[in-house]
Amino acid sequence: MEFDTIAAISTPMGEGAIAIVRLSGDQAFEIADRLFRGAGGKRLKDAASHTIHYGHIIDPKTGLIAEEVMVSAMKGPKTFTKEDVIEINCHGGLISVNRVLQLLLNNGARLAEPGEFTKRAFLNGRIDLSQAEAVMDLIRAKTDRAMNVALGQMEGRLSKLIQKLRQEILEILAHVEVNIDYPEYDDVEEMTHHILMEKSFYVKKEIEKLLRTSQQGKILREGLSTVIVGRPNVGKSSLLNSLVHENKAIVTDIPGTTRDVIEEYVNVRGVPLRLLDTAGIRETEDIVERIGVEKSRQVLKEADLILLVLNYSDELTAEDENIFKAVEGMDVIVIVNKMDLDQKIDMERVKELSKKHKLVTTSLLEDKGVDDLEEAIASLFFEGTIEAGDMTYVSNTRHIALLNQALNTIDEAMQGVEMGTPIDIVQIDLTRTWELLGEIIGDSVHESLIDQLFSQFCLGK
Amino acid sequence: MTYEAGSYDVIVVGAGHAGVEAGLASARLGAKTLMITINLDMVAFMPCNPSVGGPAKGIVVREIDALGGEMGKNIDKTHIQMRMLNTGKGPAVRALRAQADKFTYQHEMKKALENEPNLTLIQGMVERLMVENGECKGVMTQTGAVYSSKTVVITTGTFLRGEIILGELKYSSGPNNQQPSIKLSEHLQELGFELVRFKTGTPPRVNSHSIDYSKTEIQPGDDVPRAFSYETTKYITDQLPCWLTYTNEETHTLIDNNLHRSPMYSGMIKGTGPRYCPSIEDKVVRFNDKPRHQIFLEPEGRNTQEVYVQGLSTSLPEDVQQKILRTIPGLENVQMMRAGYAIEYDAIVPTQLWPTLETKNVKNLYTAGQINGTSGYEEAAGQGLMAGMNAGLKSIGKEEVILSRSDAYIGVLIDDLITKGTNEPYRLLTSRAEYRLLLRHDNADLRLTELGYKVGLIREERYEKFLVKKQAIEEEKNRLQGIIIKPASEVQALIKSQGGSELKDGIRASDLLKRPEMTYEHIQKLIPAEGTLDPDVTEQVEIQIKYEGYIEKSLQQVERLKKMENKKIPENIDYDAINGLASEAKQKLKEVRPLSIAQASRISGVNPADISILLVYLEQGRIAKISAE
Repeated sequence: MEFDTIAAISTPMGEGAIAIVRLSGDQAFEIADRLFRGAGGKRLKDAASHTIHYGHIIDPKTGLIAEEVMVSAMKGPKTFTKEDVIEINCHGGLISVNRVLQLLLNNGARLAEPGEFTKRAFLNGRIDLSQAEAVMDLIRAKTDRAMNVALGQMEGRLSKLIQKLRQEILEILAHVEVNIDYPEYDDVEEMTHHILMEKSFYVKKEIEKLLRTSQQGKILREGLSTVIVGRPNVGKSSLLNSLVHENKAIVTDIPGTTRDVIEEYVNVRGVPLRLLDTAGIRETEDIVERIGVEKSRQVLKEADLILLVLNYSDELTAEDENIFKAVEGMDVIVIVNKMDLDQKIDMERVKELSKKHKLVTTSLLEDKGVDDLEEAIASLFFEGTIEAGDMTYVSNTRHIALLNQALNTIDEAMQGVEMGTPIDIVQIDLTRTWELLGEIIGDSVHESLIDQLFSQFCLGK
Repeated sequence: MTYEAGSYDVIVVGAGHAGVEAGLASARLGAKTLMITINLDMVAFMPCNPSVGGPAKGIVVREIDALGGEMGKNIDKTHIQMRMLNTGKGPAVRALRAQADKFTYQHEMKKALENEPNLTLIQGMVERLMVENGECKGVMTQTGAVYSSKTVVITTGTFLRGEIILGELKYSSGPNNQQPSIKLSEHLQELGFELVRFKTGTPPRVNSHSIDYSKTEIQPGDDVPRAFSYETTKYITDQLPCWLTYTNEETHTLIDNNLHRSPMYSGMIKGTGPRYCPSIEDKVVRFNDKPRHQIFLEPEGRNTQEVYVQGLSTSLPEDVQQKILRTIPGLENVQMMRAGYAIEYDAIVPTQLWPTLETKNVKNLYTAGQINGTSGYEEAAGQGLMAGMNAGLKSIGKEEVILSRSDAYIGVLIDDLITKGTNEPYRLLTSRAEYRLLLRHDNADLRLTELGYKVGLIREERYEKFLVKKQAIEEEKNRLQGIIIKPASEVQALIKSQGGSELKDGIRASDLLKRPEMTYEHIQKLIPAEGTLDPDVTEQVEIQIKYEGYIEKSLQQVERLKKMENKKIPENIDYDAINGLASEAKQKLKEVRPLSIAQASRISGVNPADISILLVYLEQGRIAKISAE
């Protein structure tokens, strides 16, 4: 076995369902045993292969019970990936399954890349040669999708904070480097353990802040990104309101919920929806005119689900048709609203345009048809039509895992300083912190340290 | 008229720092070697600073030595001072630097070449390569002499279409007014090589008699005798100092007022210069808030009055240079002997090379040194050694050698060049090495002697000595790991005197050594070894034990790297046939043609998904092949 051990949630998202975290690799048993306390006290590594065990996941840091679980222990090669595989069945939905995943990631597993289980199954000879092409396609498709989401997040607040922090670390690194590579350069004070401790402490506090922010954002991100589009006055706001009122908006117990990023998060028949903030949607009242504008495209591109609203009491316009074009190939539910008014819309044409989509009619004013809409959303989801939705969520899990690792490395750097380890060696951990933060925003270019070195200091012969 | 002038295994074109290592390596491993240089008086000439080593570079010199190269031995014989840098820092970044007597350096190196049995050294200007069906079969000189060979190494430095720029003056020239090599550059283009134009520069030289040293600070060498080579036994004790002075407001105003006459700012210089070696005008413009810049005065040798003015590299006109010099304390009445200048030259885009330094375009042709886009004597020598070694090995039908990034700084250097390319003259920095804790100056022999011996560049006698040292290190490490030190009163007293906290219980000697306040010497006092151990041995024992945790961490990373390196990519792979690859990745992969998955993953523009897809594709090919058999 030549790969490291990977973990991911391997069931689709959904409230109330049993969710499974899968762990694969030669350390799968070892990592699971760090967290799992079986009812009989038996270690998983001593258990017979292909058996299932009841017990608890313990957070090793606190010693407290995190989840009640059933764990399947399967030794390779008779597994999906041909590697040792552990599957942890959690009940209690996303929050609990995610907690288990994070614990695994903090205890030696790495978050699986898109399509990685399948890739391993193939590389380990589990999957037939004829399927190689499909495996490559899968990796490509999943990655591109994840990239889209990651790019969207790049522009967010989190990424700005990370960039700022990375720049600060980079300046420390450049300072250490200039002392090493230009020992006679006298224009900068020698980096001392004292300064390094101060700076590391600051970096640590900032990472902890980022981690809190990410964890707050997490629950909100754990929904299908859902965008409501339509011309002005078709009833988009009413739709949002009735979805929110009908279904109690999910209240988190985490303070400071980032309402500036996401306006509403609702649970529709077990399907978590993240309704893009109404301000944003209102701002794009003129979405038809701006359909070519990059920002609108971006919002739509990242959406998992589109709710396209039409006005029953108005004629179908070119703008409406343009919206249909813009959402082609996506998961769309077409909602013809204002059924309480006189019909002016050409329903035949609407049906034609909605051929590939689900179509519901509503009168939001009279509270009619909302049930049908919810039914449509739920069935889309549970039929598995919407599948890529967990990318945002995975991407966020990745952030948290990387932030946790970054926290560990900065801790190690600080321990190094305390021990009096030479600064150029402590630097190894500091550099790793910088790289991990870079992975979150998809930037780990080594050259930037050298760029920093020569822009920050006047060096030369 | 052309004539047949002889037949060799390997021909090395050029005898600078890359050329001499290439020629010696090839000859020493048994290939009949010819070296051709434009001017025999310029062998191993130092056209810029008279020094060898320094951070990262000094480690390269040690690596060259461990692989049987000459640079370390030569500087050990010819330096005027030597210093260990970064002694206050960790072992990974310590490095030796020597000031050279540049004239004796050249003469000693020439002697080494002349006395090498398998090596012929001649003067001549190579203008063409004899290329048939994409294979290099020899070279032709200006006089029509055709030399045939199995492989050729080109090390042309800054001679390729070189142009010196000094103020408003610009003329065709190699370094230090040598004859430039113009036709070879054109010929390389004809052969399909992509060339880039780079620039570098050098400061003025002044007469030592005209310097008032009382206004400067002395910079002496170390009191302890030092050497680069593991074979050196004779140390130079009478050292010459260097001197430190500074520029000031007056200097900067003068430069500002003359910027319009600077070829850098008038647009006359088009080549890309290195950021790490800016001219003084560049420093003043870019860092105009700095009140002063350091200037080191470095003697160029024992039998000359010429002094190198480090920190004042410039291409300003001669009269301005003279005036600038005289604003500097100690140089008020200085007599400038040679003006500084900038030089532009052609280099080949290094992604056109395999990791062996053989060109992808023309088989059996290798390049090394500045022609590959680097700068620095040590970088040149390291590449020269590898190119010469591989050209030699190939000519006698043996397997070529590629150093990994985890083996040596030389490996980092070559991998960076051929995988990432460079858009400025490339210089090694310690931060370019991911595993610098493993790539130390003190363990270069432990890392590379075995390889040097295997390819025939390390002699039996030295190898045996090396094995003895290696064994001594292991034995002493084992001894310290095996002994428990009890909390006896003399132990506690020693620990306390070093500011550590007293032992509560017995402790393994190796664990006690890991404490920051403890040194090997302390441990040795408590539990003396039998007989005296070589300081080289105890240094290794101390470093290896003290930093074990960090070393272990680096080794784990190397382990992962090795796995990726073992996943080879066949040379004839068709990237266009792999559907899943992103188009940017395809293009980069086609350009670089990496030999392993590890190398592919370092190419900018190739992301992890592309690597995954490549892995699946390769695996598919492998399975298909097995089933076909």
